[in-house]
Amino acid sequence: MTSRRRILTGGAVAGLGAVAGATVVAATRPETPVPVAATTASDTGTATVPFHGPRQAGVAEDPPAHAAFVAFTLAAGTDKRALGRMMRLLSDDAARLTRGTPALGDTDATLAALPARLTVTFGFGPGLYARAAAKSPVADLPRFSIDRLQKQWSGGDLLLQICADDPLTVAHTQRMLIKDARPFAAVRWVQQGFRRSPGVQAPEHTQRNVLGQLDGTANPRGAEIDPAVWNPDGSTQLVVRRMRAEIEKWDLLAVADKENAVGRRLDSGAPLSGTNEHDKPDFAALDDSGLPKMPDFSHVTRARVEDPARKILRRPYNYDGAPDALGQPDAGLIFAAYQRDIAGQFVPIQQRLADKDLLNEWITPIGSAVFAVPPGCAEGGWIGEHLLG
Amino acid sequence: MRNTLTLAAVVLATWGLTGCGSDTGSADAAATPAPSAATTLTIKDPWVKAATAGTMTAAFGVLTNDTGADVTVVGVESPASPMELHEMAMQDGQMVMRPKEGGFVVKAHGTHELGPGGDHLMLMKPAAAIEAGDEVSFTLKLADGTTVPFTAVAKPFAGAGESYAPSAPAMPMGSMAP
Repeated sequence: MTSRRRILTGGAVAGLGAVAGATVVAATRPETPVPVAATTASDTGTATVPFHGPRQAGVAEDPPAHAAFVAFTLAAGTDKRALGRMMRLLSDDAARLTRGTPALGDTDATLAALPARLTVTFGFGPGLYARAAAKSPVADLPRFSIDRLQKQWSGGDLLLQICADDPLTVAHTQRMLIKDARPFAAVRWVQQGFRRSPGVQAPEHTQRNVLGQLDGTANPRGAEIDPAVWNPDGSTQLVVRRMRAEIEKWDLLAVADKENAVGRRLDSGAPLSGTNEHDKPDFAALDDSGLPKMPDFSHVTRARVEDPARKILRRPYNYDGAPDALGQPDAGLIFAAYQRDIAGQFVPIQQRLADKDLLNEWITPIGSAVFAVPPGCAEGGWIGEHLLG
Repeated sequence: MRNTLTLAAVVLATWGLTGCGSDTGSADAAATPAPSAATTLTIKDPWVKAATAGTMTAAFGVLTNDTGADVTVVGVESPASPMELHEMAMQDGQMVMRPKEGGFVVKAHGTHELGPGGDHLMLMKPAAAIEAGDEVSFTLKLADGTTVPFTAVAKPFAGAGESYAPSAPAMPMGSMAP
């Protein structure tokens, strides 16, 4: 935090002496414009995030470095009673593993010893509510013109979002939970992603995606999270979309064109109307030629939300699969966003982006799924007990 | 956790009854040594391997003795199935499971683990399927005549293949073994 303050102060001082924003960026370029971590925490492996509570973990916390999103299709015979048995088992596994103790019957108990801020977050898809003979709080998204959705990355009755600062912890947790879910559900898709490793940057830093963009600057933070994310009962809703990055096409652009598409400087993340990452974009500001500094077609302009209750909490992870024989990458973003109400918050933003967002040229939605995230549970309880109990 | 709480409630109820007996000066109640063992032997993290009806399966957990004297588990009962106490042992050059002679001795202030590949509580023939997530009731019987009730959650588990030796030649159990 100290380093962050120091660097931000340094940027502000540079801004005072500079004439134009662009000059500031150039002046700060030799230094890292993103706050770096001062020290590497020694408790990375043993750190824990409580599983129990009125709200599920894995939503509002600073995202750990690694994640697996595991979606399931319920077996034909999995009725409401079986769903209850499944969620008791999976909740118990999650409660144990997140505190660094093996699950019951854990055949690789030694792998449970380092939780590394492990969280397991459960999401229920529309199909699960149908099995429980209950009305689903979430519905599949409308079709957007930009969508090129593939079945292998779409839909799901149950979702596990497994996050930790260590990929082996994520792998073991994923294995254990899939084993215990097996009598009830089949794996539908798994998306594994990553962010910067712990200690590489200061906590709360903004994620950089594989296109090199700072991603999540406009996220609600601190007290802003509650009105955007949580319903009074402790529930929230999750959208998971797999966004393929057309990196080879993106490579062809000059930096200025990339920045116009996004509406932010690539290095600092500052809006084109400002000088620092967290400067509020000024959509009325004009440049010397009389054009808006924030282009109307830019991603930031199209995605902007002023009402705090209509914002969404983005919690994305990068993915980077093996390139093909021609060296074409298989990379992109596992876009994960939490909000109280998908229909009222996410859909209007996505619609505006689909209608006109220059960035659409370089990102392609190839997967999409929606989940209700039920409230958390107390010790001895289980996720979904109010719906399935 | 739920099982620990359940057991704690039983413990409290037992103490309560003993207390009442003492208050009324009942020599019988005061003289009964039985409750002391039951109040201090617990089973931690109990679970049972899910199984189809009629298929052998097993329950596990960690027996914990908080007393200053050894405690012996001499038997176990469950409404779900006929039960036996089993151990794994080398017999004719092969690991087999067989009834445990003399029961499980839990040392003073010690623990005794029941787990796949080791000592376990054997369900010889479950009357109905034990499905993943089911909660199954058990009662441990101690040498002093006291009992320790607990419930165990059923987990899907495909453990190491083991062979069963009731008293005759080893009987392979295939992939459904605990």
